[in-house]
Amino acid sequence: MIPHDETMMLKTPFHSRIEAACEINMWEDWKGYTSPQAYTEVEQEYFAVRSNTGVFDISPMIKYRFTGPDAGAYLNRLVTRDISKIGIDRVAYTVWCDDNGQVMDDGTIFHLAENDYRLCAYARCLDWLMWSAEGFDVTIVDETADVAALAVQGPTSCAIFKEMGFEGIENLKPFGITRFPFEDSEVMISRTGFTGDLGYEIWIDPELAEAFWDALFEAGKHREIRPIGSAALDMLRTETGFIQAGVDFVPAEEAIRTGRSRSPFELGLGWLVSFDKPVFNGRKALLKEKKEGSRYAFVYLDVEGNKPAEHAFIYSGDKEVGTVTTGAWCPTAKTNVAFAQVDAKYGKVGQELVAEIYYERELKWTRVMAKCTVIEGAVFNPPRKRQTPAPDF
Amino acid sequence: MINVDKKYDVIVVGGGHNGLVCATYLAKAGRKVLVLEANAALGGASATSEFSDQFSVSSCAHWLFQLNPEVASDMDLKGHGLELTARDLNTIALAEDGNHLTIGANSLEGASVSDEDRKAFVAFNKQMLKFSKLLAGAFNRRAPKLVEGNLTDRITLAKLGLGMKMLGKTDMSDLMRLALINIYDVMEENFENDLLKAAISLDSLLGSHMGPRSPNTVFGYLYRRMGDVYGFNGPAVVKGGMGAVGEALGNAAKAAGVDIEVSSAVSKINVEVDRATGVTLADGRVVNAGMVVSNADPKTTFNKLVGLTNIETGVARRVKTMRMKGDAAKLHIALDSLPDFKGLTKDQMGQRLLIAPTMDYIELAFNACKYGEYSKAPAMDISIPTIHDPSLAPDGKHVMSVIVQFAPYELEGGWASQKENFKNLVIDRIADYAPNLKDKIIDSELLTPADLEDRFHIHGGHWHHGEISLDQILTMRPFPGASQYGTSVDGLFLCSAGTHPGGGVMGLAGHNAAKEIIKRGKSA
Amino acid sequence: MNKYDAIVIGAGHNGLTNAAYLAKAGLNVLVLEKNAYIGGATVSRELYPDWKYSNCSYVCSLLRPEIIRDLELPRHGLQVVPYGGGVTFKENGDYFGSHADHERLLREIARHSKRDASAYERYEADVMKQTRLIRPFLMRTPPDPTSLKPKDLKELSLLAKSFGSMGEEGLADTMRFWTMSIGDFLDEYFESDVIKAHLAGSGIIGTALGVYSPGTAYVLLHHYMGDVDGSVGAWGFARGGMGSVSAALSKSFLSFGGTIKCDAEVGQIIVKNGKTKGVALANGDELYADIVVSNLDPKRTFLKIMDEGDLPSSVVTKAKNFKIRGSSGKLNIALDGLPTFTGLPKDSPLCLGEKHFSDSLPKMERAYDEWKAGTWSKDPYVDMLIPTQIDPTMAPPGKHMMSVFVQYAPPKVNGGEWTPEDKAGFEKTVIDQISNYSPDFKDLILHCETRTPQDIENEVGLTEGNIFMGELTFDQLLFNRPFPGYAQYRGPVKGMYMCSSGTHPGGGVMAAPGANAAREILQDLRLTNTVPGGYDDD
Repeated sequence: MIPHDETMMLKTPFHSRIEAACEINMWEDWKGYTSPQAYTEVEQEYFAVRSNTGVFDISPMIKYRFTGPDAGAYLNRLVTRDISKIGIDRVAYTVWCDDNGQVMDDGTIFHLAENDYRLCAYARCLDWLMWSAEGFDVTIVDETADVAALAVQGPTSCAIFKEMGFEGIENLKPFGITRFPFEDSEVMISRTGFTGDLGYEIWIDPELAEAFWDALFEAGKHREIRPIGSAALDMLRTETGFIQAGVDFVPAEEAIRTGRSRSPFELGLGWLVSFDKPVFNGRKALLKEKKEGSRYAFVYLDVEGNKPAEHAFIYSGDKEVGTVTTGAWCPTAKTNVAFAQVDAKYGKVGQELVAEIYYERELKWTRVMAKCTVIEGAVFNPPRKRQTPAPDF
Repeated sequence: MINVDKKYDVIVVGGGHNGLVCATYLAKAGRKVLVLEANAALGGASATSEFSDQFSVSSCAHWLFQLNPEVASDMDLKGHGLELTARDLNTIALAEDGNHLTIGANSLEGASVSDEDRKAFVAFNKQMLKFSKLLAGAFNRRAPKLVEGNLTDRITLAKLGLGMKMLGKTDMSDLMRLALINIYDVMEENFENDLLKAAISLDSLLGSHMGPRSPNTVFGYLYRRMGDVYGFNGPAVVKGGMGAVGEALGNAAKAAGVDIEVSSAVSKINVEVDRATGVTLADGRVVNAGMVVSNADPKTTFNKLVGLTNIETGVARRVKTMRMKGDAAKLHIALDSLPDFKGLTKDQMGQRLLIAPTMDYIELAFNACKYGEYSKAPAMDISIPTIHDPSLAPDGKHVMSVIVQFAPYELEGGWASQKENFKNLVIDRIADYAPNLKDKIIDSELLTPADLEDRFHIHGGHWHHGEISLDQILTMRPFPGASQYGTSVDGLFLCSAGTHPGGGVMGLAGHNAAKEIIKRGKSA
Repeated sequence: MNKYDAIVIGAGHNGLTNAAYLAKAGLNVLVLEKNAYIGGATVSRELYPDWKYSNCSYVCSLLRPEIIRDLELPRHGLQVVPYGGGVTFKENGDYFGSHADHERLLREIARHSKRDASAYERYEADVMKQTRLIRPFLMRTPPDPTSLKPKDLKELSLLAKSFGSMGEEGLADTMRFWTMSIGDFLDEYFESDVIKAHLAGSGIIGTALGVYSPGTAYVLLHHYMGDVDGSVGAWGFARGGMGSVSAALSKSFLSFGGTIKCDAEVGQIIVKNGKTKGVALANGDELYADIVVSNLDPKRTFLKIMDEGDLPSSVVTKAKNFKIRGSSGKLNIALDGLPTFTGLPKDSPLCLGEKHFSDSLPKMERAYDEWKAGTWSKDPYVDMLIPTQIDPTMAPPGKHMMSVFVQYAPPKVNGGEWTPEDKAGFEKTVIDQISNYSPDFKDLILHCETRTPQDIENEVGLTEGNIFMGELTFDQLLFNRPFPGYAQYRGPVKGMYMCSSGTHPGGGVMAAPGANAAREILQDLRLTNTVPGGYDDD
């Protein structure tokens, strides 16, 4: 039995440090955890990641652990990607679908050891995971609270880790996993992130969380390391073209209205679907969709002007063809970018469309019809993101 | 036997009546068909077994009353040896004091039944039959899809709709109300006599996990009365026991060119990515075919034969949540001679006998099942087939077959330690009506739902291969997404009672599945 | 003057709503009430000095916002204050708290089962799908599926379109939902007993069925389809007790020039030459109107205040067969202070919500088994609230009023009338049960009003004390309510109408039946419609 105050807002293992650093007291509820929206000033936090190093506490991320002889086969049936191609100490981004081929969530799978995987997801999905486990010899544990995690992102992040004594970290390839001793234990580091920049995520025993935070900030003090909140992260992910569940698509099982969910193809994530493997959830429906065509396309738009196109309607001529799910001015790329769901036939790169944008200046609302063009994807995509060995800045 | 040189088009898993019917229709349509049956005899739950030295009995279903005439004549079951030694039997609802009620197809006798009840019974029968006839229009074809349906489905729906309209305003509105409510209320509305009310109630829920007060039970009754639409004015006794139905069907199948191998259990339906390719037998042999039709119930088919890991999660969830809790046990008694039932002649003992004195008695018996207990005063459906068919027992000796409702599949504490107690309790209960019964018993056997599961490979020991209630019929049977015999696995079809229209020795599930497969042609 | 345009029998909330809309259309309308006070089952009564009891209906969610706004009920004094959350106490001393805050609720579910916390989101979405399907039909007259009239065909095709929009599997799931038991339905989502028990309550409240009876999943829906300020499924208190609802409705009605007569029990609806002419009161007085609207339940309407000779025999049979079962009782208790509940801090926000003491489905089912056997449940399912924690008007400061809805209580005990001993035994059962979870509760009781189904029938006039004026099973819903062929508010006699909860969309303080009936009456009179359409849910 747990006393009732356990259902009060939870605190992450880094909370003492975050609370001390959170000068403007802007908090939000991230799946039950007290999570900072911003520490000092959103723009500064954003630029920390693009120019130095920003640290975001990702401990509230939902984490499941899969072990047992069928763990790999189980995940292969669960998600759209071919898990057998993910080697040990590698990470893969993937989506998983319901039987109708509609995306339930996206997340990353960490292949930690033989028959040992971790899935990081936006939403709780233990129910679906357990239904999916029928017939498999796999043990599933929700380890959200058992693992503390930080995203350490930005051009100087590798240098900071070297400063901490993590020798050879520069040789870690994107989506690779490595481990270093820390105190009497170890820290796991993966070259992954949600910012589209050079960066890492660290995974550690909650007991060591504060010590790690302190050591990290000590090592980074000459490289202008700073903690960042979710507001800055949102700008970063937009600039680099990462979609977010609940914002850019409705998770399939939470969709109430018929037709509101989307397939991987309709989210521009067709590359995550591998038909070249045993049966997986959504296979049949996705094969059919591939043959017969999708209803929608998910597009990245370069929007004329500097007014963010958030929630804008998208037109082709006079015809309404879609809506914007995420839209923002990107401070580094100096581009006005928007993600939109449009009717499938308007999804080709180069397609010209129009966004109906409303913006407010001193209580005066103005409507602009901004021309926009469908572009490939990320408007910010620096070489340092991929370079191995990683540069120092 | 399996012909190793033959390239089979279709393998039917399970030689139950629906499997054999399906196989025969497919063979007649030119398919090369192989039927594989785990048991030594064909027929599945239409079985005869020797439960004691020289005493045989229909070991699961014991009456024939719903066999579809079209199927029977297409199979030429008569020509293949099916013989009824008695038919259109009455049902006698036993009273402890011997003042029994005899229920005929359209008449009532005894039990001081009132004229009002007699009149009401005729009217009630007439209306029920009218409704059953309407339902029959949807039984011998696939359940129509409601939203994505094609022309065939829309024709079925239109016919049903028209049939509803043809009922007239009064009957139509009655049907809309009755189909959803419980038999208890309907009985209270129509009749006074307790035995009558209880007998009809029992008919509406035999084999299912419901009591007379459970809504949906009127539908169960309409379902049972389908037998009347098919020309049965009461239950029939099959010569040689119900196993003879399986035998006749087997002969029909063989005559149509079907290869059959008995004692040949399928351990696996082989699936390559999402297409069935054949089966693996328990002895390790692999037989390939372009199509596999499973006559096993849906849970057994997917849980055991296909494997939940080889289908998508949503379907696996449907399989797991499908309701299929067997509540009926079977008791078989070898008798030295006929016992004396208070107030019954020998001829009357040959009728269908019920122990269910009141509706509340049945409801109370059902209560126990809800909590995983067996009923201390169960309801029963009794047959003494040897009165009509002496071949089942040595000269002058008899066999009594009893369907005992309610004994749950998942008994709290397990059946092993409680089975004997339950058997004795049931025998005691019958002895209340036939006081010298115990002196006549040579041997007896109780099959709990768990035993029925073992013997007939039916999950939960549920005769109907899935509860027959409104949430599991038509397009919801066995579960949404698999309602037209095809499954999410290409080349895998279902033909068991778990599919539309459901259980009972009717043969329509097999018939409809075959028609669907033939209709789909190459795309199946 | 004893001649009116329309007479409405029964000043319950539906009668008043109906009357208000008729009066708004310019008719001269009289409402007759047998009791000395209006409201029917929507009342606040001072049965103990300085305490107000909502002694029948006790919470508010279903009352249609279209009607609240249109009849200007807030201006006439109605204020609905939402309350959040609820608790189901477990036998082992723990509890399940249904927090109003979504994330906190999920954390609390996770405390009992992590799997259930994630299943809850699927459950919520699936129930909301069903809710969205039914809500647009609350403010509409159900079509007659046997009719070929253009209006019925149009409404039927709208119904078909809504159902069709669910998709093939969605529609199959919908049909499953409408025919399943709440127990089986919840088993498809949850593993934790207490969570299933907490959610199952809505499937049986006011219904003579158990959690394992097919059809109870829909009853759950009936409790979810209301909203407070657009928050679908939320419940609230009417400030001042449920009597404020009827008070506001009556003021609205009076503002349109209507008349209400209390202590005026109707003995008979007068029918001449197949047409209604008015009513004869129990005291012999006759009052005349060409339109007579009955807000009594269908059984009372057709079997008590109408002459069998005036009715088609099929209607008499249908009324006799109409399912309206007494299954619940009520305790209204004046408390000297706020009771404490073991394990739950006094300041927990959960205290503000409803409380239950049944922690598993089998326990709830056994409670039903006892009702079937003819007695009240020995370990009943209760829905208990202390509205004074939110509403200061119902008891003196520091004192409290507790409303305990009790399921199951039979209309007759073992086939006989309730005796004073039975009633005392029933009261003791409930008080003892609460005391098991609240040690100081008994000592705080200043006054307790215990109401058996028989008391409710005698006082309010609900047959068998059935709170919904007819079971909410699918055979008595939509075009089957109250019975097929008479679901469009028109009675079998010209000029006679029905507007009670026994008509579509059914019980709960919704007022939709009253409004829908008014729309049909005005249509028959070729008068301009005054009844608002339903809000578009999208």
